[in-house]
Amino acid sequence: MDYVPHTTQEREEMLREIGVPSVEALFEVIPERLRKATPRLPGALSEAELVDFFKGLGGKNKHLNQYNSFLGAGVYDHFIPSVVGSLASRGEFLTSYTPYQPEASQGTLQVLYEFQTLVCELTGLDVANASMYDGATALAEAALLAIRHTERNKVMVSRTVHPEYRAVLATYLKPLEAALVEVPACEGVTDVSALKDRIDEGVSAVILQQPNFFGCLEEAEAISAIAHEKGSLLIACVNPISLGLLSPPGDYGADIAVGDAQPLGNPPFYGGPHVGFFAVRKELMRKMPGRLAGATTDLEGRRAFVLTLQAREQHIRRQRATSNICTNQNLLALRATIYLSALGKEGLMELAELNLQKSHYAKDKICALKGFSTPFGKRPFFNEFVIRLPKGLTPDSLNNRLYKRGIIGGLPLGRFYPELKDSMLFCVTENKTRNQIDALVYSLKEISRGLPRASKVRGRGAQRARKS
Amino acid sequence: MQEKLIFEVSSPGRRCISLPPCDVPRKSLEKMLPPQFRRKTPARLPEVSELDVVRHFTRLSQLNYSVDTHFYPLGSCTMKYNPRIHEEVAGQEGLSRLHPYQPPEQIQGMLELLYHFSGLLKEVCGLPEFSLQPAAGAHGELLGMMIVRTYHQKRGEGGRKKIIIPDSAHGTNPASAALCGFEVVEVKSNGNGLVDLEALRKAMSPEVAAMMITNPNTLGLFEKDIIDICNILHEAGGLVYCDGANMNAMLGRVRPGDMGVDLLHLNLHKTFTAPHGGGGPGSGPLGVSKALRPFLPVPRIKAVGATGRSPLQYVWDYDYPDSVGRIKAFYGHIGVIIKAYAYILSLGRKGLLKVSEAAVLNANFLRQRLSGHYDLPYTAGCMHEFVLSGRRQKKQGVTTLDIAKRLLDYGFYAPTIYFPLIVEEALMIEPTETEGKQTLEDFAEVMIKIAREIEISPKMVKGAPYNTPVRRLDEVKAAKQPDLRWSFPVDSE
Repeated sequence: MDYVPHTTQEREEMLREIGVPSVEALFEVIPERLRKATPRLPGALSEAELVDFFKGLGGKNKHLNQYNSFLGAGVYDHFIPSVVGSLASRGEFLTSYTPYQPEASQGTLQVLYEFQTLVCELTGLDVANASMYDGATALAEAALLAIRHTERNKVMVSRTVHPEYRAVLATYLKPLEAALVEVPACEGVTDVSALKDRIDEGVSAVILQQPNFFGCLEEAEAISAIAHEKGSLLIACVNPISLGLLSPPGDYGADIAVGDAQPLGNPPFYGGPHVGFFAVRKELMRKMPGRLAGATTDLEGRRAFVLTLQAREQHIRRQRATSNICTNQNLLALRATIYLSALGKEGLMELAELNLQKSHYAKDKICALKGFSTPFGKRPFFNEFVIRLPKGLTPDSLNNRLYKRGIIGGLPLGRFYPELKDSMLFCVTENKTRNQIDALVYSLKEISRGLPRASKVRGRGAQRARKS
Repeated sequence: MQEKLIFEVSSPGRRCISLPPCDVPRKSLEKMLPPQFRRKTPARLPEVSELDVVRHFTRLSQLNYSVDTHFYPLGSCTMKYNPRIHEEVAGQEGLSRLHPYQPPEQIQGMLELLYHFSGLLKEVCGLPEFSLQPAAGAHGELLGMMIVRTYHQKRGEGGRKKIIIPDSAHGTNPASAALCGFEVVEVKSNGNGLVDLEALRKAMSPEVAAMMITNPNTLGLFEKDIIDICNILHEAGGLVYCDGANMNAMLGRVRPGDMGVDLLHLNLHKTFTAPHGGGGPGSGPLGVSKALRPFLPVPRIKAVGATGRSPLQYVWDYDYPDSVGRIKAFYGHIGVIIKAYAYILSLGRKGLLKVSEAAVLNANFLRQRLSGHYDLPYTAGCMHEFVLSGRRQKKQGVTTLDIAKRLLDYGFYAPTIYFPLIVEEALMIEPTETEGKQTLEDFAEVMIKIAREIEISPKMVKGAPYNTPVRRLDEVKAAKQPDLRWSFPVDSE
């Protein structure tokens, strides 16, 4: 199956008009030895075969509608209302490109203006751009902005920031030979006194995540004060759903707020595409990376929208641009805009509270089980929390046993935090019903009850799996 | 036609979607969230009905030109048809509803898909390994520059600080190099629009880390000296980075790896037709030569061979000590990759050959039709796109921008304009292979009509567009008094 519409006759007519004997002649400018490639590729598939092929691959995966999942850690399973997919899949949105010609792209441009307004409202900051690749690259670009703005070459990041975000940050800073200093964690949050001891006038920015990777709430105001006292910027990486209830970064003095808008109407898609958002105080506007849509007027005085402040961008400034990014994640920003419009002012607050209530219910129930505890005491949290497992039970073996019961457990933390190798990060969104939470709690209870005879339990589980 | 902002149709108390009930015992909010963490005033999201939402976004969509509705000859952006079936296969639950932290045994189908897709890219491009992590073409460039830097440092040649870039290059090339701390050295193109070998030789020095080159270049011309160019760089210890934005011209017949390039990014959304979505998401996998493999990002997919009772298994491998690290959270733009994979499988080798064939045929046909009416700065046969100059029309006081706007009136999106920078009043036209002869003829007819209009009534053309949802915009005002968000009326606060 291909999508080339030419008939043989049309091709002949076109070749005649061009004045060449064959299509091959059009490629003769390419050195002959380069034209001999014969890549080993499979034969063409019809549409029906294609559908079968991908159904086959999809069928080998266990997805979040089949299993009762408690994974979060940067990617969240929220309900997506049908209006989001149905409107965003309209061909006029889907198959257009960057709005270079504003007169023929007002739909996309107005959506971006609305998206930017929504991001400003959520974050409490003055200006937001049209989106970034994802939360992690948005965070890295925020650090680059801070370095440019303060002309200081050191960045401090809390150990409670998402480990993969910190990894991306490190990769982006390395070529600039900028120093990346980690602020230690203490009981699940940034160690504020360690930050105070280690910060100096060479630090361009302090980075915190709110709620942090463990789901805990940071003392953001205290951290902000410490950063600002040294003339450093505060960068806050935030979960947009949590902002229905939590203080917006602008309120605690963040100079830059970033995050991932995947939770706003975008499917997990095994980690991408997602969509970063990026908001700043007004003073930093002209140093921002990325596209910006602005309102102006047309010849007849009507309101209209256009990409603006492009003098920051690579196609004008080339090597002196604020970033090399030349698009946004438009389709996903559109989905976030539709999602937030459908959710509305009250809806976002209610949704955030549902996440809070359900995750607290789950945590209380789990902590009431014998042997399960939380390493982080009574720290306030949003929709994720860390659980330490009873002795003799490792996160991987627990997850294996949960999986046999149709449950995808939490994220084992040892991979990122060796000091927490006996702990897991659980996420509970509004998408979890009480029954699903109770099923998890019941399974944890059953699995941990069998602990003294762990080997026998494992044997029984394996036998059951083989039978099925 | 105009559409109010969603905020302007908002009414306090109006609701759209309903949330599930709270089916767990409620705890007091104050107990869970001490006041210092609580938001003082709610975010002013719109308060609208479901029909309000549907009507608003449907109407907004209707203000756009798109491939589905209009011919979209935007040069270098490869705006080809996006098959509907791709949306369906990628959207299925078994692929879209997977969490990146599910362990490998739960997602063998996904890992198999990524592993095999990567294998197809290697075949198509003639390079031994690809990373699927980059989010877009420019992100692939950035990764490429990081790898160039790390490679030289490992060899004790960290003093190589210069990247050579032709004056016809995309703006992202110098921006990506600069983001990695490199200094950009521009080389001028020769009279034929190609890299000037003499100028290149002169620019070489022990400080050169790499050259970034686009082939076919942004004029739509094949850099026929590419093998010599690679040799010049390699002899001086430098690397060659190929910007694969124009891969559509070579699909199935020419492989960048065979030219001698060391790094290449693809734009899956362009060449392998994932919808551009109004500006993203893209996907920019990076392929590298054997010597550069150790530096690719982590994690990488590995197939672990079948042994005894355990079957072949795909896993993520993090154990590459020389890797530049991670450039993105998780693994890449999977949703886009699935569509590109579906495209290659639908077409097969013969289909891919047909793509490059028809893309080049279409561009040459259109170029032939228009060459008498607009200036053609470079006369060599083009590949998948070509660049006209509006300098003849400019003498009548009509600029390329005006021509672009007038095209909108006739129901065509405009070509890329004022790029490449080396062509005065440039119009860069890429028809792609999915457009038929009739569409090209209609477009040519309109372009010729506009050329005539310019001679008869240049003033009228300068006033274009007339038939679009809005007329020409005050871009100076937009930049001088930036209005980047809606200001709520004071009484609603």
